[in-house]
Amino acid sequence: MTTVAEVSIDRAEDRHRRRWHILVFLAPALLVYTAVMILPLIETLRLSLFNVKDNQSFFVGFGNFQVLFGDPRWAASFWNALRNNFVFFLIHMLVQNPIGVALAALLSVPKLRFGAFYRTAMFLPTLLSFVIVGFIWKLILSPIWGVSPFLLDLVGLKSLFSPWLGKPGSALIAVSLISVWQYVGIPMMLIYAAMLNIPEEVLEAAECDGVTGWSQFWKIKLPLILPSIGIISILTFVGNFNAFDLVYTVQGALAGPDGATDILGTLLYRTFFGFQLQIGDKSMGATIATVMFLIILSGVCLYLFAIQRRMRRYQF
Amino acid sequence: MAKPTASPVRTGLVHLALIIYTLIALFPVFLTVINSFKDRSSIFRDPLGLPTPSTFSLIGYQTVLGQGDFVLYFQNSFIVTGVSIFFVLLFGAMAAFALSEYRFRGNTLMGLYLALGIMIPIRLGTVAILQGMVAAGLVNTLTALILVYTAQGLPLAVFILTEFMQTVSDDLKNAGRIDGLSEYSIFFRLVLPLVRPAMATVAVFTMIPIWNDLWFPLILAPSDATKTVTLGSQVFIGQFVTNWNAVLAALTLAIVPVLVLYLIFSRQLIRGITSGAVK
Repeated sequence: MTTVAEVSIDRAEDRHRRRWHILVFLAPALLVYTAVMILPLIETLRLSLFNVKDNQSFFVGFGNFQVLFGDPRWAASFWNALRNNFVFFLIHMLVQNPIGVALAALLSVPKLRFGAFYRTAMFLPTLLSFVIVGFIWKLILSPIWGVSPFLLDLVGLKSLFSPWLGKPGSALIAVSLISVWQYVGIPMMLIYAAMLNIPEEVLEAAECDGVTGWSQFWKIKLPLILPSIGIISILTFVGNFNAFDLVYTVQGALAGPDGATDILGTLLYRTFFGFQLQIGDKSMGATIATVMFLIILSGVCLYLFAIQRRMRRYQF
Repeated sequence: MAKPTASPVRTGLVHLALIIYTLIALFPVFLTVINSFKDRSSIFRDPLGLPTPSTFSLIGYQTVLGQGDFVLYFQNSFIVTGVSIFFVLLFGAMAAFALSEYRFRGNTLMGLYLALGIMIPIRLGTVAILQGMVAAGLVNTLTALILVYTAQGLPLAVFILTEFMQTVSDDLKNAGRIDGLSEYSIFFRLVLPLVRPAMATVAVFTMIPIWNDLWFPLILAPSDATKTVTLGSQVFIGQFVTNWNAVLAALTLAIVPVLVLYLIFSRQLIRGITSGAVK
């Protein structure tokens, strides 16, 4: 190991040479990232302040936002999409993450046999594309095929079955649960990793004090994995607020029935790209993208400045 | 170790819960695969039955392979995913090396700038990306997809690889410098081979969202010649909705490559998640 002093001398010597190689190393990544990601993002924000008439682009200030929030038709579909998106996110937080934590807790039971098999199997859905997941569940939930009624019959609940995806009242919940089924693997893995990192001594000390099993989970493990739960929450938030693919494959671009599953991603797609009779509108598309950007940004900032800082980190 | 041995009942319950969830996770995939090998009437008569000699049928696969250009779609997906991963790894490792190895003005700022993309999804810039691709004449080319996916993969790659490269011993690099190696050969010949495990993790992480993406193929490259498997199966299934044999066969064909890759790389992937992502 080099000592700190030696390193700083090396670095000081470095500084005297012209170091073009740093630029060479950085340039390709910077170039692609800036040109394809950052500049389009900025340009999209800029476009939201402009409108196009007769192929002429002109500055309208916050006019597009006024239309989005003020025009009854736009406002109705925007608030509908935003509300659905919040429900979508809430279901993920209330179902996906607790199940993920529970599975991780079960997987980290000491000396568990077949642990690797369970992990591999339960992570599989996460790798499948939305197209596969969406259609498989569409088939399974389809009243034509009859797999779901049959399975419900096995546990005596056949009367509960209804075409969930087709009913406005249940479609959003059904789609959210499909997404939960697909993504449970991610919180499971991250929490599992966090639990593996809890030092043996801490758990042994707890056991000496008679804290075992259920109370050990609540009193020792849960507080220690809180930072990971924070990360999972923000990942879920960002993922949910730019989700699109699953709703598109299960319910189509119109996010039926009757807009019941419309979320911001599908609204953006229809607005900007156009669908059926609706003509694509670049300015309004950019406006919706900007609103999504602001929502995601405020979520990330809230996490970084309010939640993450307050969270106590334990150093072992 | 003086651990109280868990009671057999408790262990049994743990296994029961895990088995139930494993079944929930695997059942839909299993159901699709077995039914894709059955004839139409038995798909409906007995959805849960395994294909038997009397119900076995490949009619769905014949429809898929006869109608859709699936070979071409697979080829497109392989090219797009492969080339994007190559650039993400190469450019990402180079940038990560610069950030972790050298001290220069703006180092931290540069790191933050590159990390922005981890949290802000590239999708939000789609309006301007499409506009730019139209201007550059890249719409309906695989190049457009490769560019977008490279940009999308870089932030996480730089972030993970930077952390990993900080653990490469300074002595080794300084020994290389004393032996007269240029900074480039130090990177390519000393550092890159050492961070190979991290590169594999990054490759798997980068691969999954690219292979499964529907948004950008739909918007940037929807032409028949440039469809990826994900978009191809989406369109195909949309057209053949009522032909259950064909739909199930197409789904199975789309699952198989993912399944094979997963079985090969699952250890790498799971180890990557459980070691790297804990912060």
